[in-house]
Amino acid sequence: MKPVAFHPLARVLHWLMALLILAMLFVGVSMVSDLSPRHTWLISLHKAIGLALLLLVIVRIGVRLSLPHPPLPDDLPPLQRWAAKASHLLLYGLMLAMPLLGWGMQSAGGYPLPLQLPALVPHDLQLYALLRQAHGWLAYVLFASVLVHLGAALVHGLVRRDAVLRSMWPGPLPKD
Amino acid sequence: MSTPLHGRPRALRLAAIGFGLTALAAGFAYAAGWIGAERLTPKRIIDTFEAQAGHYPGYRKNHAKGLCVSGYFQSSGAAAKLSTARVFSQARVPVIGRFAIGGANPHSPDASVPTRSLALQLRSDDGQQWRTGMNTPPVLAVGTPEAFYQQVLAMTPDPASGKPDPARLQAFFAAHPESAAFRQWAKDYKASDSFASSSYNSINAFALIDAAGKARYVRWSLLPQTPFAALPAQVDDNDYLQHDLRQRLNQGPLRWTLQLTLAAAGDAVDDPSQPWPAQRPTVNAGTLVIDQVDAAEQGACRDLNFDPLILPSGIQPSADPILAARSAAYSESFNRRSREAAQLGARR
Repeated sequence: MKPVAFHPLARVLHWLMALLILAMLFVGVSMVSDLSPRHTWLISLHKAIGLALLLLVIVRIGVRLSLPHPPLPDDLPPLQRWAAKASHLLLYGLMLAMPLLGWGMQSAGGYPLPLQLPALVPHDLQLYALLRQAHGWLAYVLFASVLVHLGAALVHGLVRRDAVLRSMWPGPLPKD
Repeated sequence: MSTPLHGRPRALRLAAIGFGLTALAAGFAYAAGWIGAERLTPKRIIDTFEAQAGHYPGYRKNHAKGLCVSGYFQSSGAAAKLSTARVFSQARVPVIGRFAIGGANPHSPDASVPTRSLALQLRSDDGQQWRTGMNTPPVLAVGTPEAFYQQVLAMTPDPASGKPDPARLQAFFAAHPESAAFRQWAKDYKASDSFASSSYNSINAFALIDAAGKARYVRWSLLPQTPFAALPAQVDDNDYLQHDLRQRLNQGPLRWTLQLTLAAAGDAVDDPSQPWPAQRPTVNAGTLVIDQVDAAEQGACRDLNFDPLILPSGIQPSADPILAARSAAYSESFNRRSREAAQLGARR
């Protein structure tokens, strides 16, 4: 029997990470174009949230794989069904890749790592260039995916008015 | 369960969703600086360096001409009561360094540039790092990134003479009276004949944090133990300082004293254009010993960003806006030259 909504733990993880990811994207994109003392503070914040998000996404992948989750609505056209699956895979991939790329690029750039974490890859300038650019470009892809995800969720909730948005509701589930 | 919307209500809600998403995207574009008032960004500063000096792929975008050295720092222990940083108590800390001359042109003659620099990375046995970039001037001409950018613009070389327009420079200094200490330094400055006999200054102030958590602001200097000799009036060797350094290191290690100058209440700790009175107390934190030099454009320093905000616990940045701007601009320079290195590497 499939549940009608996501497990409360999955919903807590979703909304906590949603806020943190959105904050990360804004912090990241503004700190690289900023040279005020705020830059210094934003970078520390970016590293701290990034590390938290890495731990959270690992827990979240475990939750996703181990707990049952609600099915997509039966009347969803095949193309949208495919788009929903593909965009979620992309989001999970990016949520895992972004903090690892951040950690990896700091390693490849020869920078000291927070909490004296070990280097993920060797100090290598060309590898740094690759990872640093991937981190930047994939951030834009992640932001675009978040916009599409948010748009789709709102269409489900406000236009199609099916059970999709409600299945990830941040509070106690609303009654019908 | 409600039924799907159709017609006008559906169109209205879709429009509202579209509007919301557009607003979020616009906020993102604003945060990125893609829309809104033009700001001074690290990118703009580095672009200007490249516009003035030329584009030299793979090189640092300022202090482009230099060479890697290594050695160690022998702590005297005298600064350990001021800061918990391990470098001040560890007997011998390995050091990677880089001597350079100012400017973004990696082919400038060594004797043509008054500013010299020494950048260091000290790695203590607790795994922490301290990176510092020090210059021969003890102060900067200005105290904000915006004024620094104006100074860079005022120093734009005249296409005819290849030198800055004196009238434009004069107008800049007249508009920036805070540059008085720097101008006095430039007037009195006698270039030495060697990297070995030059002094290097942190320029920005930092806070040392002691075991009780008390913060004291300091600036630091490396004072040469090699006696001063003036740079000859006529120097024909483009790489005079590099050849000199190699020659000296063939004969033995070179030494500098790391001197910490303690600020008193009221001293400018967040303005690198303002000198502190000469009678401020100093602490000799130890001796820097440089005993190895690498081939040009080779060595451990090459792929390091000497970001002055890479500090061990026990040393903290001041609120100096130039310090933050240096960190941001160094990062932009490092990113840019890493991309260039990757492109050059791929072409090989």
